[in-house]
Formats: sequence, C-alpha cells, structure tokens
Amino acid sequence: MPTGLLGIEELSRGEVEAILHRARTFQPLQHQSYKKLDTLRGRMIVNLFFEASTRTRTSFEIAAKRLGADTVSITASGSSVSKGESLVDTLNTLAAMRPDAIVMRHAASGAPYFLAHHLAIPIVNAGDGTHEHPTQALLDALTILDHKPALEGLRVAIIGDIAHSRVARSNVHLLAKFGVDIVLCGPATLLPPELSAIATGVTLTNDIREAIEGADVIMMLRVQLERQHDPPLQAGEYFHFYGLRLDHMALAKPDAIVMHPGPINRGRELTSEVADFQQSVILNQVENGVAVRMAVLERVVGAHVEAARQKSGAVRESGLGI
Amino acid sequence: MASLLVKGGRVIDPASSLDGTADVLIDNGRITAVGRDLPRNGAELLDASGLIVAPGFIDMHVHLREPGIEHSETIETGARAAAAGGFTSICCMPNTLPVNDNATVTSYIVERARQYALVNVFPIGAITKDSAGEELAAIGSMKSAGIVALSDDGRPVMNARVMRRAMEMAKSFGLPVIDHCEDLNLSSGGDMHEGVHSTRLGLRGIPSSSEDVMVARDILLAQTTGARFHVAHISSHRSIDMVRRAKERGLPVTSEATPHHFSISDADIAPYDSNYKMKPPLGSTCDTAAVIDGIVSGAIDAIATDHAPHPGSEKMQEFEKCPFGIIGLETAVGLSLEKLYHSGRISLMRLVELFTTGPARILGLERGSLAQGLPGDMTILNTELSWTYDVNHSFSKSKNSPFHGWKFRGGPVMTIVGGAVVWRRER
Repeated sequence: MPTGLLGIEELSRGEVEAILHRARTFQPLQHQSYKKLDTLRGRMIVNLFFEASTRTRTSFEIAAKRLGADTVSITASGSSVSKGESLVDTLNTLAAMRPDAIVMRHAASGAPYFLAHHLAIPIVNAGDGTHEHPTQALLDALTILDHKPALEGLRVAIIGDIAHSRVARSNVHLLAKFGVDIVLCGPATLLPPELSAIATGVTLTNDIREAIEGADVIMMLRVQLERQHDPPLQAGEYFHFYGLRLDHMALAKPDAIVMHPGPINRGRELTSEVADFQQSVILNQVENGVAVRMAVLERVVGAHVEAARQKSGAVRESGLGI
Repeated sequence: MASLLVKGGRVIDPASSLDGTADVLIDNGRITAVGRDLPRNGAELLDASGLIVAPGFIDMHVHLREPGIEHSETIETGARAAAAGGFTSICCMPNTLPVNDNATVTSYIVERARQYALVNVFPIGAITKDSAGEELAAIGSMKSAGIVALSDDGRPVMNARVMRRAMEMAKSFGLPVIDHCEDLNLSSGGDMHEGVHSTRLGLRGIPSSSEDVMVARDILLAQTTGARFHVAHISSHRSIDMVRRAKERGLPVTSEATPHHFSISDADIAPYDSNYKMKPPLGSTCDTAAVIDGIVSGAIDAIATDHAPHPGSEKMQEFEKCPFGIIGLETAVGLSLEKLYHSGRISLMRLVELFTTGPARILGLERGSLAQGLPGDMTILNTELSWTYDVNHSFSKSKNSPFHGWKFRGGPVMTIVGGAVVWRRER
C-alpha cells in the first residue's frame, strides 16, 4: 500500500509532530507577496470530491499550487459517478492518468481505505463519512499551538454532534497522542458511550457547562443534519442546550480559545457574538489549513516518489525529507 | 446398486451414543450394519483407519440463490461446495427470485436438486408471500412439495400478529418456524455491530437489542401458539440467555449458531473489508464467548453456516453499499474443530451432534444417524489434518469469505451421500 494519509489514528505522535513542524515553516509563506515554491513542480494532484466542500477543496488546491504542483479538481456531480460507474472503476480510470496523489472526500466511511487496498497511488483522506478528517485535526492542532505553548496538559472540550463527526474523531485521536484531557459533549443520541473507549483521556458529558468548565480550548461542531437519521432535538432546542453563548465563556479558562471547523451556522451552534469574539480563532483555522495541507502533500508525494526511486534501485540517502 | 464397506474408522454416532472403532456397511444406498469386523461380501472397501466416521453432516441454513440469482450461486455449485465442506444435506432458504413461497417454486428446487446436486437439498419455504411480511404463504402445499421448515430469512416478519398466525399454521402442519431475529427499525442503516469498533470506524451500528427484542417476542409467541420456534444464526449474549431460559421452562425453542459468530468478533474486522459484513453482524468478544458457552451448555442445538454467496463485483464497493453475507460451507467443519474441539470446549461426540442429530431433530429429518435402514450418508473427518483454505479454489461461485488463507487443524476428508463418495480431499 503506498504511503498516503488516511487517518490520524494510525499515525505515531512523531509523525504528527513532523507534519506540524513542517507546516509551521509554511506559515510565513502565506503572508508573502510571492507565495509559490517549486517542491512539487511537475507533479499532478487530483482532488476528487464526492461530497460538497468549499473550504477543504479550495484549501487543498491552493496548497498544491503553492508547492508548484498541477491540480485537477473533480466533483462527483460532474463525473462518471453519476453515470453509474463504481468507485473502484472511477479511481482506476483516474489512476491510469498517472497523478502523483489523489485527495478524496467521500460520504462513505472507509472509502479511501478500501481504495488504498486496490490502488498503487497515495490517497489523502479529505474526509470520509463519519470516520476521519485528518487534515482538519492537524490544522486544529497547529492553530492551538499558535495560541498555547504545548498540547500537553490542555483541557479541550469538543461540543456538538460527536457521533457523526469525522472532525471529532480525528481530533480525539490526535489530542490523545499528546495526553490532552478531552471532554466530549452532546445529547446522548449524538454521544455514544463507546466514544470514551476509542482513545485515552476521553470523558463524556451531556452538560455543556460541565464540558466548558476549565477548558483551554472549546471546539464547536457543525450540526450535521444530513447525517442524522433521527435528530434527537429540534433546532431551537439544540441551540438552547448545546449552543455556545458568550456567557458560557466565564466558565472556561480566561485565555480559552473558541474553534469551529466551519461552515458555521450562526444561531445554531454558537451565537454571532461568540463567532466574532476576540478569542475565536475560526479564521486562523482556515488560514492554517493551507500550511498543513502543504506539509501533508509534500510528505505524501515526496514519500511516494522516494518509494518509486527505491524500487527502481537507486541508492536511498536520506529519510523522507520532512 | 453396489455396496460400500467403510472399515476401521472411529465411528461416532450421537443417536446411539456409539464412539468406537467399527465398520459401517451401506447397501443399496442405505445403512445395513454397523459393527466390528463386518464381512466384505464383495462390497467396495474404504479404509477409514485413523479417521472419524460420522453420520452425514446437515447444514440447515444455506442460500443457493437458485432460481433467479444464478450469477452468485446455483444449486449445483452450492451443493458441490457443501460436499467439499463435509455436508451431505443442506437446507436452502427461500429468498430466491421468485421467493420460494409456493409449491411450484418448491418443486422446481427439489427437481433441480435431484438432477444437479451432489448432496441432499431440503428447501425451506417462506413464511409470507414474497417474504413481504404481510400475507401468509401457501404453507400446506409447500409442505406437500417438500419444505422442511418456514422462514423469511433476511426479511424478518416485523408484524407480531402475522408471526402469530404463521406460528399457528406452522404448528398445524408440523413445521418449525425459523426466524432471522432482527428488529428492522432498530437495525436500520447499520453496517456492523454497534460498539466501540463501529464508533471508531465511523460505521453505523446494529445494536444487539435488534436481535434480542425479536427473540423475546418470538419466544412469547411460541409459548402462546405452541409452535416450534428456531432462532437462526443466534449471535447476542442476551438472546442466548433467553433461549437457555426458555428451554429450562420446557418451551419448544431451539437455536443455531454460525462458525463465524463463534470464531471471530468485531475486533477482528479488517477495516472496511466487506468480507466481514454479514447479518447478524460479528458481535463483541463477549458475544463470541457466549456463543461458545451456548454450544457447550446446549442452549444452541446446531451449527449452521448461513452460506451467503455474493459475487466480487457486489463486495468490491464502499462498505456501506456492500450486501450482507459470507460463504461458509467449506470452512464450517474446520472452524468448529479448531475453535470448539481442539480448544477443549466440547467433545467430538458433541461436535458431531451439532452437525447431525441437532439439526435433524429440529427439522424432523430421518437422517443424522447411522441407524440401520437410514440413508447411507456419512462424513469422514481427519481431526489432525493441516490444511489451508484458499477461497480461490472454492467450489462456490462466490468468493466472499473472511477466512481466506486460514490454516486449519482438522477437517472433512470425504463425503458420502447415499453410499456414493461425492467428494474426497485431494492431498
């Protein structure tokens, strides 16, 4: 199986640190007038999105272009998927055009894992169903580290529809590798008790106030109505019990930051005041998305090229250069 | 018709509690004698020394996909796989196209089996028309045409009133009702057992309670109607406990377990590999242990495979799109020897019972023993044989098995149906 990035769960702490470290070096680039590198010049990256996405797809596209790669973005509605082609056949067809990596988002949990077993091209998971969204967790970690000295010892509250959230799963796996105190919060239907067993340091609560108490980081999740089969609460009730209001902030640490993977629904998950609050880092998250995805693409395509070189018999002199 | 003398094997016949070295003589397709040093009298000789000689194994739960879904399996290929798994008789579920809900389809299956099947095939009729769960099927005429039980396997009867009527009719015709116990509202949309692994993989869970509430309902209905109720592929620890208690109260309740439900759990699922996707789903390790305990205690009466062939094209998809079910005829005996006998949980006598008198009693079949006059069906095992399962060499038309590449200690080596050797392991 070629090296891609399928999930956070299977990464070691060292690998996460290496990606974050590399992403840090790309942060200043975002503020320069000339933003382009030629690390991946001549390489081709395909963005294959079977689910609607604006920020993730754009972010991956910008990241690839800043590394000098060529990109093609395909959305499911405009592809042969609508003509009944199977997922494997679609990917095989794309693979035959020899891209260096495929970035994919799919509504089915595990779709990129299944494909990685059948394809020789590295796959970067840009979100699979309710499973993982690894680059989101990486950019969230980078954003936290922009505001806190270290991940260790922090208390992070993740609030909302945890059951259907790939963002929550990837964040739990990442933060657990650093010994973070993780509190997951939501109504029981959206917070299955088994969540406390998927990683270490995870506690669950149905009470938003309890979750926020003493938190260094508050991550709000989008209400994923499209994935909820029997929504347990009406929208108004949801906001009443699980929406973040400015007065909640008094329970958190004074320097607590508020995060949200976007797109935000003002008045559904958080009030407008919280979204625009000075400790809200939602736009920093978006900005860091590009740096993190540059680090990931460089690692994935670089590793793939390295593996191919090794296979062809050339002498390997160094590591992956990350 | 020629006669066959199976000589010098360790004969295990649970019906007569026989366990010892003996010869078995089959004449004209029927068993004529079991005893020491039987005279050959011109019979074909089969040396079984060092091997286990048992009555022919019965798999009471398979899907043969004929008529209508022949790209997955046919009566001929399914029966061939059964023979290669040591089975001399199989019972096929009615979820074909059309559904086996009337005597015409039953007769078609019986006739195709007579022409093409290496082993005995006993059809199971649908409980309701088209297995739609609404109107009862033609139960009496299907019985006359040869069905041995009723089931809407895969499409459980959700309406308790319909199930009550079905049990009443089943009782009238002396048929057991086999229920695939699944509350479709609770399991709706689920892809694997609801637990820590489904949560981790982001796959929608099927809660154990979806099995439990239906087992509870059907036990109550069996008590009311007096019908014989059999739980198909029992998998949850609470359901097994309910069956155990129903039996203690003397209710006509029986159950079967599949080899996969006692061999692997949801923790063993290769991520998003649809060869691990079936209903009921692989349970927790606690459920797996409960299935084995149930087999030991007698809460579970039979081992059945739920052999469910699906072609590769249907299994090569996103996990949530793949159909449920795995093939199992050729691995059942190997898994049972490995997980139940070699592990020290049950005796060989008990193991043979689970494949012979167990299912025969549930279905009222005049088979599963070596009594004089019964059909000359035998399964010959080697408990120490080491072999590897290669799904690509399976006789089944489909290759959807999670046990590909497994190394086994012990397995069937020869299958005899009506005095004729229909399969023998090539070394």
